[in-house]
Amino acid sequence: MAESKFKVLTNGIFKQNPIFIQVLGMCPTLATTTSAENGLGMGLATTAVLAMSNITISLVRNFIPDKIRIPSYIVIIASFVTMIDMLMHGFIYDLWKTLGLFIPLIVVNCIILGRAEAFASKNGVFRSFLDGLGMGLGFTASLVLLGSVREFLGNGSIFNYHLSDVKMFAMILPPGAFIALGMLAAFFNYLGIKRSKPKKAAK
Amino acid sequence: MATRLVFIFLSAILINNFVLSRFLGICPFLGVSKKTDTAVGMSIAVTFVMIMASIITWLLNIALDALGIPFLRTIVFILIIATLVQFVEIFLKKASPSLYDALGIFLPLITTNCAILGLALLNVQQNYTLLETIVNAAGAGLGFALALILFSTIRERMELSGVPEPFKGTAIALITAGLLSMAFMGFQGLVKL
Repeated sequence: MAESKFKVLTNGIFKQNPIFIQVLGMCPTLATTTSAENGLGMGLATTAVLAMSNITISLVRNFIPDKIRIPSYIVIIASFVTMIDMLMHGFIYDLWKTLGLFIPLIVVNCIILGRAEAFASKNGVFRSFLDGLGMGLGFTASLVLLGSVREFLGNGSIFNYHLSDVKMFAMILPPGAFIALGMLAAFFNYLGIKRSKPKKAAK
Repeated sequence: MATRLVFIFLSAILINNFVLSRFLGICPFLGVSKKTDTAVGMSIAVTFVMIMASIITWLLNIALDALGIPFLRTIVFILIIATLVQFVEIFLKKASPSLYDALGIFLPLITTNCAILGLALLNVQQNYTLLETIVNAAGAGLGFALALILFSTIRERMELSGVPEPFKGTAIALITAGLLSMAFMGFQGLVKL
């Protein structure tokens, strides 16, 4: 409990990054990262749901009997997802159309239920909000990174900004998603191994 | 009519494979694919829940439309799926304890499998009839089973091979899935709806 508020916030971005460390929420990660822009949209939508559901669940955590907590959480999350779905339909129709099925599917994103169960049901309102925000931003950052890599390799641009004429179309297709994420995961593993090695040598 | 059903069925298994080209149900795909036995158990459970959930959500969707509250679809569908999974769990425990034991932890996890909710929402979006919905659900379930079982056999073999240190675990699994997905891309254009 001694963790500072700042640590709660940054935890989700680096140390417990939902995608690269915890490997949660893979479906939207792979499906919506055909471009950096789509990744950003999906990430922010998830962040909004995550922060709001964490606040709400933290507020009602003492009133919900233990046995029915999971269904209650799902209803709370589903309500926020419906709100986001309708807001996006109303204000950013193009993005809503591209993301399509994956907006209602935020409900079954393991990150959200996971944070509700692991953090919001045990912590105060403000800390839960920070945790949701941090996890959401970590998720968004990973999505934007993966989206940028795929958009650059597949379409020669990042955020629709033209950079190169080399286009490997396969990177935008489904196989590209798996391969790009696999390569990125390997790259982060490599960095982790490299960083832990000098420490071992020093011992 | 009959040809349309065959098309929907084939398309759900091969062309728009739920795991490899629609990216639905990746979590169990990566999570329970280390052993073929568990992969088979999971596939059976998912296919069963998919078919049941599709039928029930299709019927409920008529009620939602009639009442003029289609925006409640997501909430209603996820609750139905959660209840259904619970029901299947209780039923199996009584009717076939051996299957229940074999499936173990995978049964409750099906609730958060996005393939089920995704399928239910897709059926509604495509305006399928009840028969088409059932066929689509069966195809989706079999497609999930095909991808999961194929992948688990590859992963069992991979245990024996020397994978470079940084690629161990998720990374190599994702790249393998990418190659498998590329193989499934070959089915593109097999049937046109």
